[in-house]
This record gives sequence, structure tokens and C-alpha cells, in this order.
Amino acid sequence: MSSIVPIPIARQPWQMLLPLILLVCFGATVLYSAAGGHLQPYSLSHVMRFFIFLAMASVMALFNKEVVRFVAYPAYALILLLLLGVELLGFVGGGSQRWINLGFIVLQPSELMKPAIVLVLARFYSDLPSGMVPTWRSIVPAGVLIGLPVALVMLQPDLGTGLAIAFGGLVVMFLAGLPLRWFLSGAAAAAVAAPLAFFFLLHDYQRNRVFVFLDPESDPLGTGYHITQSKIAIGSGGLFGKGFGEGSQSHLNYLPEPHTDFVFATMAEEWGLLGGLFVLGVFFLVLRWGWRVALASEDRFSRLLGGGMVATVFFYAAINLSMVMGLAPVVGIPLPFMSHGGSSMMTNMICLGSLMMINRWNVRSGRRTLG
Amino acid sequence: MKFRRRRRIRQIVSPATLSHTFERRSFVIGAVQGGMGVLLAGRLAYLSIFENEKYRTQSESNRVNLSLIPPRRGWILDRHGAPLASNKAAFRVDVIPERLHDVDATIAVLAPIVGLDQAEVQDLKERIDDARGFQPVEVASRLTYDQFAALSVRLPELPGVVPQRGFSRYYPTGPSIAHLIGYVGPASAEEYEKDHNPLLITPGYKVGKDGLEKYFEPRLRGKPGARRVEVTAGGRIVRDLGTRSDVQGLPIKLTIDGPLQDYAARRIGLESASVVVIDCLTGAILALVSMPAFDPNSFVGGIGRLEWKLLNEDDHIPLLNKAMRGLYPPGSTMKPMATLALQLAGVSPTERVPCPGGYRLGSRFFRCDAVHGSVDMPQAIEHSCNTYFWSMSHRIGYDKIAPVAKMLGLGIEFDLPGTNQRYGTVPDSAWKMRRYKQEWTAADSLNASIGQGYVSVNPLQLAVMTARVATGRNLQPSLMFGHKPKLGPALPFTPEQLAVTHKGMFDVVNGSGTGGGSRIDIGGIKMAGKTGTAQVRKLISRGHVSEWKARDHSLFICYAPTDAPRYAMSVVVEHGGFGASAAAPIAKDVMTYLFDPATALKTLQAKEAEWGGNAIERMSRRYGNYDIATPGVV
Repeated sequence: MSSIVPIPIARQPWQMLLPLILLVCFGATVLYSAAGGHLQPYSLSHVMRFFIFLAMASVMALFNKEVVRFVAYPAYALILLLLLGVELLGFVGGGSQRWINLGFIVLQPSELMKPAIVLVLARFYSDLPSGMVPTWRSIVPAGVLIGLPVALVMLQPDLGTGLAIAFGGLVVMFLAGLPLRWFLSGAAAAAVAAPLAFFFLLHDYQRNRVFVFLDPESDPLGTGYHITQSKIAIGSGGLFGKGFGEGSQSHLNYLPEPHTDFVFATMAEEWGLLGGLFVLGVFFLVLRWGWRVALASEDRFSRLLGGGMVATVFFYAAINLSMVMGLAPVVGIPLPFMSHGGSSMMTNMICLGSLMMINRWNVRSGRRTLG
Repeated sequence: MKFRRRRRIRQIVSPATLSHTFERRSFVIGAVQGGMGVLLAGRLAYLSIFENEKYRTQSESNRVNLSLIPPRRGWILDRHGAPLASNKAAFRVDVIPERLHDVDATIAVLAPIVGLDQAEVQDLKERIDDARGFQPVEVASRLTYDQFAALSVRLPELPGVVPQRGFSRYYPTGPSIAHLIGYVGPASAEEYEKDHNPLLITPGYKVGKDGLEKYFEPRLRGKPGARRVEVTAGGRIVRDLGTRSDVQGLPIKLTIDGPLQDYAARRIGLESASVVVIDCLTGAILALVSMPAFDPNSFVGGIGRLEWKLLNEDDHIPLLNKAMRGLYPPGSTMKPMATLALQLAGVSPTERVPCPGGYRLGSRFFRCDAVHGSVDMPQAIEHSCNTYFWSMSHRIGYDKIAPVAKMLGLGIEFDLPGTNQRYGTVPDSAWKMRRYKQEWTAADSLNASIGQGYVSVNPLQLAVMTARVATGRNLQPSLMFGHKPKLGPALPFTPEQLAVTHKGMFDVVNGSGTGGGSRIDIGGIKMAGKTGTAQVRKLISRGHVSEWKARDHSLFICYAPTDAPRYAMSVVVEHGGFGASAAAPIAKDVMTYLFDPATALKTLQAKEAEWGGNAIERMSRRYGNYDIATPGVV
């Protein structure tokens, strides 16, 4: 095979890329339908962005491990400063703002923070002497590293991204081998605090949102509208769907955000259960590949980095799918590789690029190879 | 704290154990992720397979919007099949409150286009506030094509505004038959509470509010059509999925003769009067006119405040159907009936009674209109001699006259569906005892015998009485065309007895009687009649009292042709003065119209020129004056 195909192409992890490209093309098809049967404005840019970011990921994959280790702290600090900048700009501008316009690119620093938190924690734990892992020295700096960006993002306010950053960080901490009882007692404390906070800290309208999530039909025209319409779209699709371009929920605007957060509902309405299983299957293949890459690498930095990146992509997909199927409250998190939107595509491709990079390091070291 | 933590370190952590931990924990996370994937797949399958039917239904009910098309009402026809109430294509504009982005801004754009004044805008805002969900609210109906077009081009900037084409009720003859037919209007909240039919709150749908429109509502209503359209969440219609057209309501055909009704209404002119014409061969009511009246067309689109104010303040009471609900002392129009009663009681028609200009009863002297000298029965009718009837009724007692009055239709409520009659009073001693706990007096008999005192009748009863006197049959009035003629059995009068009464009435018009001015002679056709002048004793408070209010009511009953009665008529002119001066000329012209319309119309046109135009011209002039007189009311 290597004799026919050029080596830079042959060495790419095709067992992950092939399903991924299929998923992106499938996403483009759904976006084509969501735009009423037009390539513009969603479908074409979706595919183009994917290939641009795929090229970026391929370049990323060429980075040296030492370089990556070196940029971890500066990159984290820079993104943190950008987050602070957004916060200050928003404060001065008198409204909430999530992006910063650098002139040549509109940047959403909170998106970049998702892979950055994984990178910086992987670096931190790989440097931490093994003996210090069960001590406060392993948790306090990590807590600060996670806490700062999460607090800034929550202030924007962007609950979904804040949770995604915290989740990525916690997974790295968990994989880094911190004592299990810390996580268990943390979970126990959360389990106690959550109901208390629910009944004593939250405002009425916030409590109401939770109730609506639990029973969306109780408020079909208000907060529950999005969940209800999404479930109608998915449920009415049946086994094979209504057919390409035949989704009434999305085409007649009953489904909110049919091309971004609720793209899965748009898809399921037209492609049915089979389309849904295909999407889930691709995510399964991609994430399984990610775990294998992480496990195949020998050094701690690569493993933590890989595991954290897989977790970040997983979090996106799992929360989005739970939301559109009525298993989680509405939080603005798009579905990786299917939702239209540059920022989330960039974040997810950075995550995959990192995994491709680790995969290359593994191949280089020649110990265990995948693909 | 630091100190305690250090002491708790027990196990040795090395790179090897950490690597082992990583592998274990990554497996746990992977398993959790896999589990999550299975959960999501399960949820997906549950939604799309097990709940598929439920959600497919909901998706369909999202997509498809069923809107009702109000049915066209059944027509109301006159005896010739000409419409008295029909439907006219109309442009209308509704709003769907749920879909309005900015109520005030939208109304601000709409109001000048469809011509809403400030009060109507206020009213519209209230109705929008009260509206239920997606139920459209009518902004204006009966728009002109230009208004409709002006509105249509601005639609893109007016979400939630829906222009509609539909039908609205149209009354071609306007006020002339308003009281009988009634009018239509939007269903009230109470009507909707009673019958939760969504049709009732569909804009453009009207229910009968009064008269025949109300009574025959179930027959006239028809079945609504429906339009299935695919709509976006924003309410924009994407395409038609199908339309089931409405089924028009069934027509009702009346015995009313439209042109006659119209003529009588116009002929009444400036008076407050009623005219009832009955076909003596069938009992069919050919005309049932009460003027002035309201224009039922004004009610269809919601009546204007000014018009309503004018209707309510008018002392001619346009909102009252005087032909069936106006009660008047019949005055001398009772006398032909009384002659029949006297003959039944054994009074000889040839017996003469001297009239010295009045009649003495005990210490009271009842004054007659004139000194009539010696009169027999027909002459008593001809000259309307009160003295004759006073002395005769004193002799036989009114309890012998009252049953005949009832037999001829006075004090009776007739079986006329859809009408609301006040049937008045034909008094007798039992009635007075029941009502006032007093004995009947001789003076009561005297008053009653000339149609004064306790007696009160409505113009329809007078017409029926005339028809029964003319035919000698117990004829029943009817309004529905095609019903079997209710001629009824012969009344217990001999032809000779009837002939006496007929002669009296003939001479009233054709002899030297009180109605001589109303003589007709069209190809040998002659009219018989009887005048009546009813004193307005008690001034019933109907607003301000003027000199007009104090004048006597003017009545006239008649039938023609005299040799073979075909038409019987009653005319009552409120405060018209002498029967001969106000009511009889109207009766003469209406009767002329029945036999010779061309001549009658010529007379009418001359009169209308005198009055300052026809009813519509006069009405609009009054509006104009009102506007000038009270600026800033509207």
C-alpha cells in the first residue's frame, strides 16, 4: 500500500479519518436540507471549514513533543488573558460578549480554553513527581488552573462552555491518578449541596427551568418549547425518517436552531433512527480510536493529553445529544462535526489534531503503532 | 491542615502505579462513555420507534393548520323569490394576537388604512388582550378593494395580520324590513359559553341577533368549510393542502311582498308609523312595516357609536317594531267589530239612535264629535258616531262585545314564528276584577266601546281584525311562504250581518263618511275602511315630551276590493292627529300600489320631493347635521 500511496497520506490514521469525513459529509447533507435545499449558507462552509481545520490538524500533528510541552503554560496564559480581555470589553461595552475581534479573525477564547486546559494540566501532572500526586500539591494548583477560566466563562455567562472546561480538567485529574476518595467525597459533597442550592440559592425562574426540563409539556410555548419540538422532530422521524428534505419540523421553523444546536433533531427527522445510529457509530469509532492512541503512548504527558482530548470531544457530543433527546436541560453546546459553526469545529479539530499528533509520536517511538 | 495530609499518605505512588491507575481509570471512563452511548441509542430508539406515533401526530398538528371557513347564511326571500337578506363578497382583515410582534405599532399602521377611529382602536386593543391563543381577532370588515390592496402591499412588515375574503350579510332593502328580519352580529361571549363551537369565534362569522335571523338561526346557519394549510411556526402559510367548501344555510321564504313592503316604508315618510297588509285569500302577511327603522346593514360590521346614539335618542323609536310591539288604543277602528257584536247580541241594524252631540250616563256627559242626528248601524260607522255605540254597549254590556273582539283577533298573540308580539288588552269585567280588583262600570263599557280606556291593540291585530271582518272567516295570519292557507272556518255571522258592517265601512270612504278623502277608484275597485283617532291620555315617558307627543294617534283600517275582499290593511300613525288626516292617506296610497303601482309611485315621488329626498338621503343629512351640532363627539 505504501508503494502506491504517498507516505504523508498513508501514515494518516484513516480508520478514524474515514468515518469522520463521512460524518462531516453527512452533516453537510443535513445542513443542505436545513438551508432549504441550498449549499449556502451552511453546507458548503461546513465542509470547507472541516478541510481547512483538517489541514491545520495535520500540521499540528507534525509538532514535536518538546515544543508542545513548552507552549503549554504560555498558551494557557495567553488564552486566559484573552478571556479576561473579553470580559473587560464586555464590561466596557455594557453587555455580555464572548468573542474578541482581532481584525483578521473573530476569536472566541472560551472555545480555545477547552483544549488548553487539558494541555496545561497534562503538562502539570507530567511534571509533578509521583510522590506528590496524593498531596495537596497536586490538587491546589490544578484547582486554580481550572477555576480561573471556568469562573471567567461563567461570568460571561456561558454555563455550557464553563462545564465543558471543568469536565475536561476533572477528567485529566482523574486520569492523573489523584486519590479516588477525593473524587468520591467531592461527588458526595455535590450530591448534598445540589438540592440545598436548588432550594435555597437558585431563583424561582432557575428552579422553573429545571422543572420544565423534567416535564417540558407543562410549558409547551415557553422554556419547554425547544425540548418539546426537538423530541417531536426526532420521534416523528421513525425508523427511516421522513426522507431527505421532507422534515417539516425544521423546514417550517418549529425546531429552534435547526442548523446549530439542534442539528441532530433535524437529521433524525429526515433520516430516522438509522441516521442517528450512524452518527452514534461514528462517534464511537472516533472516540475508541482516541482512547487507543492515549493508551498506546508510553509517557504520562501524552496519555493525559490524549485522554483529556477524548473526554472533551465526548462531553460535547454527549451533552448535545442528551439535550436534543430531552435527557438534559437546554445548554448551548453544538454537536461536534455536524453543527454549523467555526468555533466548535476548530475546538474539536484541535482535539483530534492533538490525538493525531500523539499518534505520530507513538509511531515515531516505534513501540506500538496504530495504523 | 498540611500537617494532617502528610500524615495520611500511606501507599507509595510511583510512575508505574500511576500508569496502572491510568489504564484502569481510562477503562472506567471508556466504559462510562460507552454506557452513555448505549443510553443515547436506547433513548433514540425509544423516541423514534415506540413513541413514533405520538410524535408523528404532534408533528402533523404543528404543520397543518385547520381554519374554519364561515358558512354563507341562507337567504331570506320575499314571496317572489327576491332576496330580503343575502350575502355579499366582502374583504376583511384579522389579526392573530399570538403572532403580533408589536401590537401598538401594528395597529398604528392598520388604523389609518382601514379607517379606525380612536375609540375603535381602543376597543380593538381590548379585544386583542382578551383573545384566546391563536384565535384570530377581526380588525375591520367590509373593506373596499382599495383598502384591501393598500393593506396587502404592507403585509410583509405586519406579521400576524391576515387579510381575508369572505361573505357578509347584506340587506338589499335596508331599513324597510329591518324589524321583521332582525340583523346579524358576532356571537357574544355568553353565546360562546353556551355552545363551545369554535365556529362562533371565527372572525367573519355572524349569528342572528334579532327577529327571523335569530329564530331561524339553525336553518340559516349552514355548515362551515375548512381550509387545511401548511404553516410555519411564525404562522406564514406555505401551501394549501386542501379546502372543503362550506355548505350554505337553507333559505327561508316569506309571504312578504318586497316591493310592497318597500313602498309602504317609503310612503310613511317622516311619520312614526306602521303598516300591515294581509292577503284576505290566504292570511299571508304581505307587508309588516314599522318606520322609522334602523339599517340592519349597519349592524353587520358593528354599528357605529353615532348611529347607535341617534337610534336610541330618536323619539320615533326606530328600534321598536311598532307593527307587532306597539300598543295603541284602537279608537273608532273598533266600531265595525262592535257592530258585529251588537248584531250577534240581537240589536237590529235598522234601529236608529238619536245623537244630540253626546250621551248622558248618570251625572256624566260623554261628548260626541258632532251632532249626528238620528243614525242607524251603518251610518254610525260611516260618521263614527260615538253616541250610537255608547248607548248600544250600555244596553248589552261590554262583556258581550269583548268575546267578539277576541274572536276577530284583538288581544290575541298569533302563531308567527320568529316574531315577538305584544298582544295588548281586550278588557271585560273578569279581567278588571283580576287586574284591579274592581267592578266593571258602565263608564268602562262606554270607553271600551269606542276603543279607549283599557283597550290596547297592536297594528297586526287590527289588520287581522279587518281581514276577518272583510271575509267573515277565521283567517290566521302567516309569514312563511308555502304554508297551507289558514283561511279557517267561517265566523258565526250571517252574510246579512256582515253586509251591514261592510256597508258602513264602504260608506266611510265612498259615502259622506270620515274617510272620504281616501277614496280610490282604480278600474272600478273600491276600498272600504274605518278611521280611528285615539286619544293619548297618559303621556308615557319616552324621553322628552313635546307638542308632537301630545297629539292623538291616527289610525285607519281598510280592505279592497269591496265586492270581493283581497287585501286588508291597518295603518297606525303615532301622534298623527285625526285618522282621516294622517293614516288614511297612507292607506290609500299603499292600497293604490297594490292595484296600480305606477300611479302610486308617482304620488310617492312627489311626496318625497316635498320631504327632502328619500329615506337614505334624509338619513345621511341627519348624520351630517349631528356631526356639525356636536363636534368632537366622534
